[in-house]
Amino acid sequence: MVARVQLPQQARRGEVIEVRIAIQHPMETGFRYDPMGKPVPKNVINSLKVRYNDSEIFSAELGSGIAANPYLQFCTVAEASGELVFEWVDDNGSRGSERATLTVA
Amino acid sequence: MTSVRNPAPLLVVLLLAVAFPANAAELQKPSPLKSGVEFTGESARALEKDEFANPGMLWVERGSKLWGEAPRGNGKSCASCHGDAAKSMKGVATRYPRVDPGAERLVDLEGRINLCREKNQLAHPLARESDELLALTAYVARQSRGMPLAVAIDEKSRAAFERGRVQYNTRVGQMNLACTHCHDRNWGKQLAAETVSQGHGNAFPAYRLEWQSLGSLERRIRACYYGVRAEMPPYGAEILLDLELYLGWRASGLPVETPGVRR
Repeated sequence: MVARVQLPQQARRGEVIEVRIAIQHPMETGFRYDPMGKPVPKNVINSLKVRYNDSEIFSAELGSGIAANPYLQFCTVAEASGELVFEWVDDNGSRGSERATLTVA
Repeated sequence: MTSVRNPAPLLVVLLLAVAFPANAAELQKPSPLKSGVEFTGESARALEKDEFANPGMLWVERGSKLWGEAPRGNGKSCASCHGDAAKSMKGVATRYPRVDPGAERLVDLEGRINLCREKNQLAHPLARESDELLALTAYVARQSRGMPLAVAIDEKSRAAFERGRVQYNTRVGQMNLACTHCHDRNWGKQLAAETVSQGHGNAFPAYRLEWQSLGSLERRIRACYYGVRAEMPPYGAEILLDLELYLGWRASGLPVETPGVRR
């Protein structure tokens, strides 16, 4: 899955930073029908978790109310230099992940 | 009644006047020229401006990766010949559709990419509206962001331009409307809950909220045919390319906005 992650490359210790992620995914609601009248099966990203130096800082349960190509944004406090790991899974079991490094002065 | 010695030339002139009425309105461009972004609404405008949140950028991102990958063929990637796209592709999107050397007919940017794949990478062409083709097209077009559209109407493309111009002014569909009726005579007015735009393609491929996906200008024009309940020309149809050329001329000077965000 194509995903883009954005956060500042550097931050001061204790600074609040904004983290953004956009994932390419159809987020098929399960309420649509194809041109032949068959229901299109539901398939949405149902879980997104973000870890910062191995402690979970953000977690979301998503459903069919979230539009396609979901965009999420949250804040966290920069504490120590390290890695943010984003992981998500959809109803079909497809997993995606992204990593980003943060340097904290 | 006065008698005319030889009525033939007079009849020919009258016949021509009826068959090809001189209509100055047909070659008019909307004034002032406004990109579709001005008709979309606050939230769509904000989404387009946001480099990161613009959903079309997901395809541009994928395109930047595909640029460096060699498809199954002769082992060449786009980068093998074109290097850094930011340099080599700058300005390219402003010139399409055009009759490329090596193509006998008009090609749009998607068609040009496929020509390159077939001839220079010895690879299969990508399907129209496929994720990969959209991604590559959006990536290439984005390198011209902000640059004014400048398609060439010359001896090679004039016939296509004329066909596009005639089609643009021809009524089609159950609703019996031509493009000009909405996009020249009624832009800025409301159609149901939406404001009619001037019908430019400068932001395509664009992320259309209705599609929840990036889509090409061909897809958008086909949707317009559907909108007036006319039979949609198939992807790659000559008339769609002719129309794209006419639209490109009509939007001359508007900046490339790819990827745009539209309703």
